[in-house]
Amino acid sequence: MSGPIHIQPGETFTLNVGPQHPATHGVLRVKMEMDGEYIVKAETVLGYIHRMHELMGENRTYPQVLPNLSRLDYLGALGYTHGHVLVIERAAGIEVPERAEYIRAITVELNRIASHLFWFGAFVMDLGGFTPLMYAIEDREYILDILEAVTGSRLTYCYYRFGGLYNDVDDDFISATRAFIPRMRKQLKKYDALVTGNIIFRKRLDGIGIIPAEMCRKYGATGPVSRGAGIDFDVRKNEPYSVYSEFDFDTPVYHECDSLARYKVRMDEMEQSLRIIEQGLDKLPDGPIMPKKKPKLIKPPKGDYYQAVETARGSFGIRLVSDGSKNAYRFKLRSPTYSNMSLFDEACEGMLIMDALAMMGSLDLVIPEIDR
Amino acid sequence: MGTYFSDIIRGLWSLLIGLSITFKEFFKPVVTVPYPFKTIKMTERYRGHVELIENDEGKPKCVACGMCQRACPSGCISLASKSVSYEVEVKGEMKTKKKKVLTKYDLDFTTCSLCGQCVESCNFQALTFSKEYNLASSRKEDFHFDLLNRLKERNS
Repeated sequence: MSGPIHIQPGETFTLNVGPQHPATHGVLRVKMEMDGEYIVKAETVLGYIHRMHELMGENRTYPQVLPNLSRLDYLGALGYTHGHVLVIERAAGIEVPERAEYIRAITVELNRIASHLFWFGAFVMDLGGFTPLMYAIEDREYILDILEAVTGSRLTYCYYRFGGLYNDVDDDFISATRAFIPRMRKQLKKYDALVTGNIIFRKRLDGIGIIPAEMCRKYGATGPVSRGAGIDFDVRKNEPYSVYSEFDFDTPVYHECDSLARYKVRMDEMEQSLRIIEQGLDKLPDGPIMPKKKPKLIKPPKGDYYQAVETARGSFGIRLVSDGSKNAYRFKLRSPTYSNMSLFDEACEGMLIMDALAMMGSLDLVIPEIDR
Repeated sequence: MGTYFSDIIRGLWSLLIGLSITFKEFFKPVVTVPYPFKTIKMTERYRGHVELIENDEGKPKCVACGMCQRACPSGCISLASKSVSYEVEVKGEMKTKKKKVLTKYDLDFTTCSLCGQCVESCNFQALTFSKEYNLASSRKEDFHFDLLNRLKERNS
């Protein structure tokens, strides 16, 4: 073919965003039917990094699945492993010592802040601002160092065990976390002045990328996406698990439904997570981190078990069907990003492509978690 | 018209605030490390690939029971052993007993997910994590570790 392509008035063309595209943060492909710069129809194509984690959960023994869960969402891995150990503990009837539960809550919240920080940097980078990413990664580095000293890894943690933890935290962890809280509060104020007030940032997000509450309910969107649409739902508050009922924290909710509301929810959530960490460190009891009586071979009795946890991206649920053997009969993972992303096709119709990509950034997609 | 100009002024002011914050960052100390020339010491609990632990005689503590092999989720450990007979004095009598001696302990690090199940499953405290992380290579074979050999090299 030679010469330029002339598009007739009213004619649409197809644009492929991805599978390798900086705005999709992974291997997600969006087929967009475009009318000039306006999106007529969009279709997300999944499955580029499907790894069959659910099937692996069915043909491996229960402890062997432990490392898999942190490979779902590499930014907020601890939340997912937390859900996994909780459902097995519920099924097998293992009691968890209180100290272990508190340490779990503290480390999960630290991980949530790390995840939100990285999202914050990447989201602003999607909109064209590079500098905040550097600041966010510097702060995230503090959290990763704290967690590395305890768990031994930086990203794909395998720290929780059925009944407790891999190893106990030391005084260094407590003093480092205590020092981190005021530092992070200061940094959050800095981000607020640097990014939230920025006129260019606001013009790209304010009133743009509307995801109403009905759409959230229709697709099952949870987490900051639904809280940005005015739905006051947080698994930590509504169905408290672990020791979350003993903490005093708020669920940030905004009613604007736009991309800016979702941004604000996440920024406020970091502050709430800091509050939980502070209370957790104050209340941290002494004691063992593993139960005295622990079955050597984990064989949950026959039954159907479900446990939902609030991860950085929303409500993550595991359904476990046990047939009494040492493998699970069914191991279903309900990942929050999958539902959050499903509404993208409908929400972006009629939008400008740059607004749609800003909205995609505000959904906080982690593709390995969608494909599992 | 009034709001139009005030919007412009407020917008410009927000940009100036941002510029002042980034300007202040110029005078902060550098937080990164020039990696190949300077490295960071790994923390006490850092999990590298597994490594055998020696006993007082310099031999591996491992008794080749194969628990780590069974616990591994990705099947990256393979070990072999032979049985050796030795004489031991029991109540003044010499008796011949047999024991297993490790002859091969291979770790396929390409599939290892560093979960630590092998270290936890070991009843003889014969395994530990190494602190090694400079493991870049373009050849797959470089990640098949012969741990028995590594132990010998460490001792010599």
